[in-house]
Amino acid sequence: MEHRIRVLVAKPGLDGHDRGAKIVARALRDAGMEVIYTGLHQTAEMIVESAIQEDVDVIGLSLLSGAHMTLFIDVADLLKKKKISDVIVIGGGIIPKKDVPKLKRAGISGVFGPGTPCEDIVDFIQKNVKR
Amino acid sequence: MNEISSKVLKGDSRSIARLITLSENNDPKAKMIMKDIHPYTGNAHVIGITGVMGSGKSTLISELSRAYREQGKTIGIIAIDPTSPFSGGALLGDRIRMMELTMDKGVFIRSLGTRGMLGGLASSVYDVVEIFDASGKDIIFVETVGVGQAEVDIIKIADTTLVIIVPGLGDSIQTLKAGIMEIADIYVVNKADRDGVEQTVAEVQSLVDIVCSDKERKTPIIQTISKESKGITELINEIEKHKNFLIETKELQKNRRVRYESELVEIIRKRLMNLIFDESKFKDKVELLINKISQKEIDPYSAADEIIGKILK
Amino acid sequence: MFGDEEIKKIKKNTKDWEKNDYFPHKKKHPERKENFKNLSWNEIKNVYTPEDIAHLDYEKDIGLPGKFPFLRGVHPTMYRGRLWTFRQFSGFGSAEETNERYKYLLEHGETGLSVAFDYPTLYGYDTDHNLSRGEFGKCGVAISSLKDMEILFNGIPIDKVTTSMTINGPASIVWAFYIANAENRKIDRRIIGGTIQNDILKEYIAQKSFIFPPEPSMRLIVDTFEFGYKEIPRWNTISISGYHIREAGSTAVQELAFTVGDGIEYVKWAIKRGLKIDDFAPRLSFFFNSHNDFFEEIAKYRAARRIWAKELKKLGAKKPRSLLMRFHTQTAGCSLTAQQPEINICRVTLQALAAVLGGTQSLHTNSMDEALALPSEKAVRIALRTQQIIAEESGVSYTPDPLGGSYYIEWLTDKMEEETYQYWDRVEKLGGVIPAIEKGFYQREIAEAAYKYQREIDKKQRIVVGVNEYQMDEPINIPLLEMDEKGEHRQINRLNKLRKDRNNQKVNRNLSKLEKAAKGEENLMPYILDCVHSYATLGETCQVLRDVFGEYEEPAIY
Repeated sequence: MEHRIRVLVAKPGLDGHDRGAKIVARALRDAGMEVIYTGLHQTAEMIVESAIQEDVDVIGLSLLSGAHMTLFIDVADLLKKKKISDVIVIGGGIIPKKDVPKLKRAGISGVFGPGTPCEDIVDFIQKNVKR
Repeated sequence: MNEISSKVLKGDSRSIARLITLSENNDPKAKMIMKDIHPYTGNAHVIGITGVMGSGKSTLISELSRAYREQGKTIGIIAIDPTSPFSGGALLGDRIRMMELTMDKGVFIRSLGTRGMLGGLASSVYDVVEIFDASGKDIIFVETVGVGQAEVDIIKIADTTLVIIVPGLGDSIQTLKAGIMEIADIYVVNKADRDGVEQTVAEVQSLVDIVCSDKERKTPIIQTISKESKGITELINEIEKHKNFLIETKELQKNRRVRYESELVEIIRKRLMNLIFDESKFKDKVELLINKISQKEIDPYSAADEIIGKILK
Repeated sequence: MFGDEEIKKIKKNTKDWEKNDYFPHKKKHPERKENFKNLSWNEIKNVYTPEDIAHLDYEKDIGLPGKFPFLRGVHPTMYRGRLWTFRQFSGFGSAEETNERYKYLLEHGETGLSVAFDYPTLYGYDTDHNLSRGEFGKCGVAISSLKDMEILFNGIPIDKVTTSMTINGPASIVWAFYIANAENRKIDRRIIGGTIQNDILKEYIAQKSFIFPPEPSMRLIVDTFEFGYKEIPRWNTISISGYHIREAGSTAVQELAFTVGDGIEYVKWAIKRGLKIDDFAPRLSFFFNSHNDFFEEIAKYRAARRIWAKELKKLGAKKPRSLLMRFHTQTAGCSLTAQQPEINICRVTLQALAAVLGGTQSLHTNSMDEALALPSEKAVRIALRTQQIIAEESGVSYTPDPLGGSYYIEWLTDKMEEETYQYWDRVEKLGGVIPAIEKGFYQREIAEAAYKYQREIDKKQRIVVGVNEYQMDEPINIPLLEMDEKGEHRQINRLNKLRKDRNNQKVNRNLSKLEKAAKGEENLMPYILDCVHSYATLGETCQVLRDVFGEYEEPAIY
């Protein structure tokens, strides 16, 4: 059996800061994962549809504009609505610590703020994928 | 029939996607489902697209898909990118070039890594074509890694193969590796607004004249500017013409036969490799033999004889 | 600068020093690293001597402040005459909240205003557009109409203080809001001063808040150049930016090369349109980052001035005002940490000092909570005080270009200039700036540099205090900005009321006229001003241009 972890890296909303998303995509590739980067300006519908077609294990959301409470939770809610339960959602960017509990309750299983070493994200994914 | 099989036949996206994953992972569950769906295949027109990086394959596929959608056809797109030989990971970067198709219910895009397979394709691509076919897709695009020394395997799977060339990009036609140019059923000169397009078309034309001098069908050359949606209608017409040509001359059956042969060979190859290198029965024996080869106690051919001998027993 | 004989002597002495002192000492006490590479991965030597700058001619290459090639500064007196402007980039939530923050900053000694807009505004969408969902006011102030602009500057003397606006795609429209507001307040358009960022090339390269494709975007920009020098003579119609390129991960050399290269591209487009270089060049301005490597940043600013002066001369500019490069600087946001945020104050101080020693005309210092939220009052006040301390207490303002003549600095300035021209050769071979953008050249260089830098940090080859060394598990103990929850609601109500109360016939008529003009070749500013005066919204005006010009899709590079 040759399961490779498949990850969708997405930038929801209008935020155009993609430095981090691109670096994480490459780091995950270097860790042996198959990574699909969606590019900018994704809606929750586009992200979830891509995740379905690519049958990913992880959706990684990157946001630095402050709109994470709305946009991250939109994605988590849509996955619930479509009864998709074997995909984990993680997020990164400028996310104040005080917002993290609410995000976790909504279904974002990992939040990675500024200064997170790439290895931490790789480790988290490897330990937490559901398949 | 397996529950997933019937869902796949109905075109359920999640089941299609899940089955592709099972096939990619060589999961034994895939076998049963592929058995169920095989009778329902053979209807889709498989179009292979190959060309150097930067030739605009993904944009062209987007444009062709849009045009086919207007005709009411449904599309499956298989986008293949190279897996890193060092890490085993891959950046699958074709979907991002086709994002506007994501929300179209009639289009299904799947990105695959080559996972070590040479030839420009992924090992599971035969299965994915069958899966898309059985789920009712009318057109299946297979976008290969790109043109290099060995990326000619696309002809084993495609009914119609398009080779994309761009004026002034990379080497001129003469220096492209032998075999790449000859696999085309249609040549597409993309970014035809660039300097040097006349020369490029002329070079391709002389190649066509040589290669097709004694053939029934002369390979057509279509110019496109995919960014501006130009030349797409002409290209679709040529694809249709080629499809009809295949049916009329019974070439289609011959080609399909080649596809099934390649598919069979690939399945057998995978099984054998699995048997020899992964399953514990043989694995230790094989490890031992490799050590012996390193220490010059046995040569590789004799070692192979031993392994094959064991399998046949 | 030194005689041949002297240089020969110095060369010999240095070799002797290496043989007799340096290497023996190094053997007994090894250096901390194998080699010392700065942030452009240039190796820094064990010592710099006159030998390293022997090829320079003081008169020609270094010169005096306020004179070509302007290496040492753009004015003869520099900060002895006038300090740099303290201009803190600022904006959040609705116009009312931001108006209060501007008043606070002015009260505390800021000398110029700088507007940060939220994402919907940056993209030309009104607050109630469906793509604005969740984004209102989060990273800047929401401005959807002239009404919002009126509230934003209510009670602020815009005839006496200049305003910089960080807006690109819809820059012409937002500028029109500002002009119209001034006109409504009976302020002569010929005396209002400020800057619009209006630099679309770097959007394609780094910041990504572009709207239209390159050709129509450049047309709009040249329209603003023309309208600017004719009608709003005290306005800088562009701020050619390297800040964002650097934030996206480029090296200092790339920041320098790509930015000044963009500047030349704008000049060429304007000349192609038929504008005279000495008419518009004096109102071009620049915007650089100030990052961690102290001396590299100073060398970068100096090199920028010298390169620009030489290039504009080559392009035919004659007026000194056309040749001198004025720039604003912002300290590097991407260098600040979420961990132990107080120590960001130290980082910002060094970065601000580098900008001042590099001769900046205007400066924004980041707040310590940069990686956590938009600046709190306390944090932005400390950031402002940082500038005031440098200005009043450190003495560095007493003479222009105090580091001029340093062997290291002059060598590094020269090296960065040399590497800039190397980058420009590569861009030329790709067909020029816009073809290089479409081929993804800049984006690839930036992504590579960003990745390389991150790997160095992950492997601890570069230290970030508090992040990969000297870590602490301390909870954040500084006040964070809280925004008014009801702001979005208020804004949407205001928009609805505006759409009802205005003369909609007039609005539609003006929008039609704009559409017609956009399809032709006239300068669009007067048409945009008419739309804006009749209270057409940002979104409505921008949509007309979207329909005519189309939207840009970027090549997928990583």
